[in-house]
Amino acid sequence: MDGYYASYAPVLAIVVAGVGLVASIFAANRLLAPRRQSPEKLLTYESGVDPIGEGWAQIHLRYYVFAYLYVIFAVDAVFLFPWATVFAGLGWTVVGEMAVFIGFIAVGLLYAWRKGVLTWT
Amino acid sequence: MAEWVEVVLRVLVVIAAFLVLPLLVGQTEHKAMAHMQSRVGPMYAGGFHGWAQLVADGVKFAQKEDVVPAAADRTVFKLAPAVALLPYLVAFVAIPVGPGLVGQDLDLGLFFVLAVMSVGVLGSLMGGWASANKYSLLGGMRIAAQLMAYELPFVLAAVSPAMAAGTLSLTGIVEAWQWWWLLWQLPAMVVFFVAGLAELRRPPFDMPVADSEIVFGPYTEYTGLRFALFLLAEYAGIVLLSALTAVLFLGGWQGPFEGALGWLWTLVKTGVVAFVVIWARVAYPRLREDQLQSLAWKVLVPVALAQLALTTVVAVA
Repeated sequence: MDGYYASYAPVLAIVVAGVGLVASIFAANRLLAPRRQSPEKLLTYESGVDPIGEGWAQIHLRYYVFAYLYVIFAVDAVFLFPWATVFAGLGWTVVGEMAVFIGFIAVGLLYAWRKGVLTWT
Repeated sequence: MAEWVEVVLRVLVVIAAFLVLPLLVGQTEHKAMAHMQSRVGPMYAGGFHGWAQLVADGVKFAQKEDVVPAAADRTVFKLAPAVALLPYLVAFVAIPVGPGLVGQDLDLGLFFVLAVMSVGVLGSLMGGWASANKYSLLGGMRIAAQLMAYELPFVLAAVSPAMAAGTLSLTGIVEAWQWWWLLWQLPAMVVFFVAGLAELRRPPFDMPVADSEIVFGPYTEYTGLRFALFLLAEYAGIVLLSALTAVLFLGGWQGPFEGALGWLWTLVKTGVVAFVVIWARVAYPRLREDQLQSLAWKVLVPVALAQLALTTVVAVA
């Protein structure tokens, strides 16, 4: 293992060590903890009364529109990182390009704002 | 051979920091909150001002029965706490404490930490879905919504110091840092910190885990050790957010006598930010879901975009 990816060796090591750590914690728990299960204990909690219906209930998600907004901006954020390291050397042209790109997205946010998407209905 | 010994040593130090620092923050929270609310907090465990309270809690958690509800999605339910905790451990690797004093100085450090941190939220989402509990499902949905709203200003604000320094390496950012960045990057710092609080679901952004209305949301069905891992993840997240704020915006190890005491500066700055995190919990009431969303989209995102424009102009000119 050498070259660029060698610098990620400690990352790999810590992932392995972390998985081992969590596994040993659970193993210790298995050894130390009592185990007396009953149907009542395994019942889904619903403030002390018997659960009605199942847990995966249908709910009205008022904020699903935010997901669309997020996806639009997330694309832009990924693009920003490589750009951030080089733009200072490349000058105003590159800045203008990024401004146009972010400008488009910002107009999208403004549109959503004006349309009342960001207000509770 | 020597290389491998060094890697193992670094990993061990990172794990030790990961296990100790969150407990320190937790104990500080117990005591600071107590005194802000005119209580004394834990006093008994360990003898001196209850210093061993969290150790005692840990021992208690390890002995508790592991209950998985019959209705739950078993595998996902059991994996969720590990998924919530491990990303924070991995992210610790890239945080520099002093010059060269870092688990591993990655040239993509900032990007790496942000990417890994957002995996942690998946753990709570998994818990929320797999519990098959109505409170948990609601909490999970709220977490998803909060994540989407606040990830954006969080990332945009984090890009700003990277743009100013011209590198994504966290060590490089600290080395490029100048004292006047405190003013120049102030809006980004505030946005980063507030959005970070929201990502960690800390009060006043604890709507998804609101204990008084949806009984701790995604963690309702969790008991014993698995619940403890979720708590540990929260405190590890506080340490990570504080350390990132210190490294990106407060100059990391820069300060008087940085040659000898640089590492101490990073730890002190991290500690101060962590204290503000605790303070915010006591000082502010919980935000409603629509207030959460409008704060993110109508205040933080525009401020972060304005900061990006300012940083760009100053950096190029």
